[in-house]
Amino acid sequence: MSKQWPLWEIFIRSQHGLSHKHVGSLHATDAEMAVCNARDVYTRRNEGVSIWVVRANDITASSPGDKEAIFEPSNNKVYRHPTFFPMPDEVGNL
Amino acid sequence: MYAQLVETGSKKVKTLEEMSEQERHFQQQVDAGIKIEAKDWMPEGYRKTLIRQISQHAHSEIVGQLPEGNWVTRAPSLKRKAILLAKIQDEAGHGLYLYSAAETLGVGRDDLLDDLHSGKAKYSSIFNYPTLNWADMGAIGWLVDGSAIINQIPLCRCSFGPYARAMIRVCKEESFHARQGYDIMMTLCKGTKEQKQMAQDALNRWWWPALMMFGPSDAQSANSAQSAAWRIKLFSNDELRQKMVDQTVPQAEYLGLTIPDPDLKFNLETQSYEFGQIDWDEFNNVIKGNGPCNRDRLKTRVKAYEDGAWFRDGLMAYAEKHTNSGETQ
Repeated sequence: MSKQWPLWEIFIRSQHGLSHKHVGSLHATDAEMAVCNARDVYTRRNEGVSIWVVRANDITASSPGDKEAIFEPSNNKVYRHPTFFPMPDEVGNL
Repeated sequence: MYAQLVETGSKKVKTLEEMSEQERHFQQQVDAGIKIEAKDWMPEGYRKTLIRQISQHAHSEIVGQLPEGNWVTRAPSLKRKAILLAKIQDEAGHGLYLYSAAETLGVGRDDLLDDLHSGKAKYSSIFNYPTLNWADMGAIGWLVDGSAIINQIPLCRCSFGPYARAMIRVCKEESFHARQGYDIMMTLCKGTKEQKQMAQDALNRWWWPALMMFGPSDAQSANSAQSAAWRIKLFSNDELRQKMVDQTVPQAEYLGLTIPDPDLKFNLETQSYEFGQIDWDEFNNVIKGNGPCNRDRLKTRVKAYEDGAWFRDGLMAYAEKHTNSGETQ
């Protein structure tokens, strides 16, 4: 029985100077092949100007069970948003 | 559709009261339109049904390359050949997006392929019909990819995040497929009498199998009710089929072609077309493996996979050798 090729996550930077964005995944034996395959699969219609490939096994993710513990505290810190501070009309752009 | 008759293992949809707390939380998220992601808790039935549905869809994309592959070397011009190759390459990409989405649910690519090759997993009935003349490339793009779009656009809003995202990518590319098909039909219909007859012949052979793609009426089906509750099926088979007929009949009229259905008529009241009986015996027969090309399609897939094994193994061995010797890749 053949061995399954490792899974790679693919990130593409589009034309407009934005950050690389996760677009999907694919199997490849090594990084070089992952880049080649990513080009063939994810940039057939000018979708990108740069490709990153990362072995799926090397990604550490937050756990869905910890969602509240991790993300809840920021909800009660409304002062982090500029709209928390009302400004007088007289001061113009601020 | 590309996934037909998907088993959910459910006899009846549970009410919120009948559910466990975890299940209720899950169902409420689905009801609220919040996407379920691969690592979120989900009922086992949801996971298994999605694996079946997404892999069936992926297999359809891959097997769907074969009827068209028949015409790559016989395309009437270099332009048509390049377009057909680009379309077939897209189908491979669609298969890959979908396999990847299925893999997020904890199943291996090789296991999915094994199930296809052993005949355990299904793919769409439509790809078990032969492509006898060049006009079939037009009819497939126009009718088969056209039907696929009708089915897939709602799936962009389905409850499972990786599937919905894969569908968005697929749909973006799919309209090229439908248009290149209609373009072939338009060219043939503007051509000689014989060319127009080729287009009519292709429509005659593909019309009914295309309507069958949507599957039998599922208004009474417990599986479909469950899939609808999970939001992995957003419209009934009959609703989608009706939409296909309503949008396609005027397109056939534009081409000057006749839909091969003597019972077809426009209903002024409902503003849509009534159409004749579909031969469900034929459909069931194809699903069971006895369509015109079932054996040939599987044989071709299995041969391609087995013939490529030494190459895949060689590449893996090469990569491992370089990793083990500490070389950077």
